[in-house]
Amino acid sequence: MPDEAAPVLDVRDLKTVFKTRSGEVHAVNSVSFDVKPGELLGVVGESGSGKSVTMMSLIGLLPMPPAEIRGGQVLFDGVDLLQSDVDALRDIRGARIGMIFQDPMTSLNPVFSIGFQLAEPLRKHMGMSKSAARKRCVELLELVGIPDAESRLNDYPHQFSGGMRQRVMIAIALACDPQVLIADEPTTALDVTIQAQILELVKDLRQKLGMAIVWITHDLGVIAGIADRVIVMYGGQIVEQAPVKELFANPQHPYTRALLETIPSVRGARAQKLRVIEGQPPALGGQPTSCPFRARCTEAFERCGVQNPHRVNVGPDHDAACFWDPASGGPRHV
Amino acid sequence: MFDGNISMKKLVQVTDLKMHFPIFAGVLRRRVGQVKAVDGVSFDIFDGETLGLVGESGCGKSTCGRALLRLFDITSGTVKIDGCNIGESSPEELRRMRPTMQMVFQDPQASLNPRMTVASIIGEPLSEHTDLSKKDRLARIYELMDAVGLNRDFANRYPHEFSGGQRQRIGIARALALNPKFIVCDEPIAALDVSIQAQVVNLLEELQKKMGLTYLFISHDLSMVRHIADRVAVMYLGKIVELAPRDALYSAPLHSYTQALLSAVPEPDPALEAQTERIILQGDVPSPSNPPKGCNFSTRCPRVSDICRQIDPEFKEVQPGHFAACHLLTETKEMTAGSAAATEAT
Repeated sequence: MPDEAAPVLDVRDLKTVFKTRSGEVHAVNSVSFDVKPGELLGVVGESGSGKSVTMMSLIGLLPMPPAEIRGGQVLFDGVDLLQSDVDALRDIRGARIGMIFQDPMTSLNPVFSIGFQLAEPLRKHMGMSKSAARKRCVELLELVGIPDAESRLNDYPHQFSGGMRQRVMIAIALACDPQVLIADEPTTALDVTIQAQILELVKDLRQKLGMAIVWITHDLGVIAGIADRVIVMYGGQIVEQAPVKELFANPQHPYTRALLETIPSVRGARAQKLRVIEGQPPALGGQPTSCPFRARCTEAFERCGVQNPHRVNVGPDHDAACFWDPASGGPRHV
Repeated sequence: MFDGNISMKKLVQVTDLKMHFPIFAGVLRRRVGQVKAVDGVSFDIFDGETLGLVGESGCGKSTCGRALLRLFDITSGTVKIDGCNIGESSPEELRRMRPTMQMVFQDPQASLNPRMTVASIIGEPLSEHTDLSKKDRLARIYELMDAVGLNRDFANRYPHEFSGGQRQRIGIARALALNPKFIVCDEPIAALDVSIQAQVVNLLEELQKKMGLTYLFISHDLSMVRHIADRVAVMYLGKIVELAPRDALYSAPLHSYTQALLSAVPEPDPALEAQTERIILQGDVPSPSNPPKGCNFSTRCPRVSDICRQIDPEFKEVQPGHFAACHLLTETKEMTAGSAAATEAT
């Protein structure tokens, strides 16, 4: 469990804009959060909520143009990643910040063997010799639970199943012992029984290695099982942040509350009718002047239409960006 | 469990349906094997009910749904819809049958022609199968758009101008155009965001109530199937391993695969999550071109015994209305005393 240690990653006021032919898209709008050592931070939101773009921005993986980072700071170990040059970033990516992407098929190169791709970061970042790297590769594959590791090093990605490929991706991300691991929907492309295997593996690896993990997903079920703390994104902004138990037991933002009611449960009570969030997510053209969730919100009142709410403290380590107070059922006085 | 409008009339009867696809290889493209995508499934769908068909990718659930509407020529077995044997119907007979059976596809982007307007997409089945006048046709199109919650003003727009959820509504309106009795919904919500999924599911439920539709709801989302289905069938590697009324299946699954599958679903509630005892299956699903000998699940089953690796278990009724294909279930019944003694010994 995280305590009050200094954060390993501190993102402040990050703004990312895409320039398109039909105008600017404000994909990430003043997003601030931090990641503490050893904690698992869950990031949830629907497609287009800005969760992936946020992570790509902070490790400098967005193509610029069309993307442009308009402001903010990303402090990693005291260094602002947004001010770092390409070479410095390259030394950090893959070595001190590891990444896992959604689709294990497209993120592995089909023409190189698994052994080669696994050894690449070791040779590049850690300057290992060929034989040392190979030894470490076997260790890594064993760590992520791939049987018969030695002989599988010469296999190519197509010879692995989806779940096994994702294990290889995790092994690559872990190769240089990163302080932070960014996982972008790592189990979305997998079947539930394989997802359960990977989640079990990640829990196990956290205990063994103790790195901090940022886990992006749209699946609240996955978050409930593995995260320590959760941020909820909507329309390019963070709308709520809380420890996992608190978020599920006491959601404050109307979006979080509605989201939790729209998903049916496999083991809990069965609702007669599913709650619906009417309407569509907002288009993100222009700087928002009102709450992005206003049009779909059941609690919205005048103030929501003229002012974009800031995140305010609503409980211990729990904040929400909303003018409405579920406890009193009326406006919050902020 | 069964709502008032579900009768005991069997609208769809599937008996030992097989759907094998040949594999060709070599210079001469000789047939070297076959993928047994669906390998002998039998089930009925009652008039007015929703049968959920769940399973992981590659288990044959979509193939099964498509074979039911004879979008494939089936390898063997019979499919009867409303008494008519679909598998052996001539193309003319089949065409006459088409209005009663329709399909909603997974990817609304790929299943709608980007060069056709919404009105022409929804109107296409009408001009194919009816002789409505232009005016009546347009009236019917508007009626359908109202029924699925699309704004009439959008009738002349193209699919790319709509969001995913709205596109799925267009697909549903097209399926409803000819007043079908039976609709195969093939992962209709898989491509949609969580907040939009509920909209589409509620719409499907409303339409069912209003028009007395019968659904085969194919999905990998076990929690959504629990919400919408009356009965649920679980597929694994081309076979149905368990079929039961919804509540029985979710509260007391009998087959080891169903148990593992249900336990693997993450629960959006940390308190429930912490209590869940997870059965983690080892390994991956075998290839359907080379299924294991005996029970298909024998390579991953935590309770596997010798007989499972030798003989393929029969799919039979183990409790009233509750079917399963597992040796352990039929055996335990006969040897309850024996196995109780065995557990004590261990």
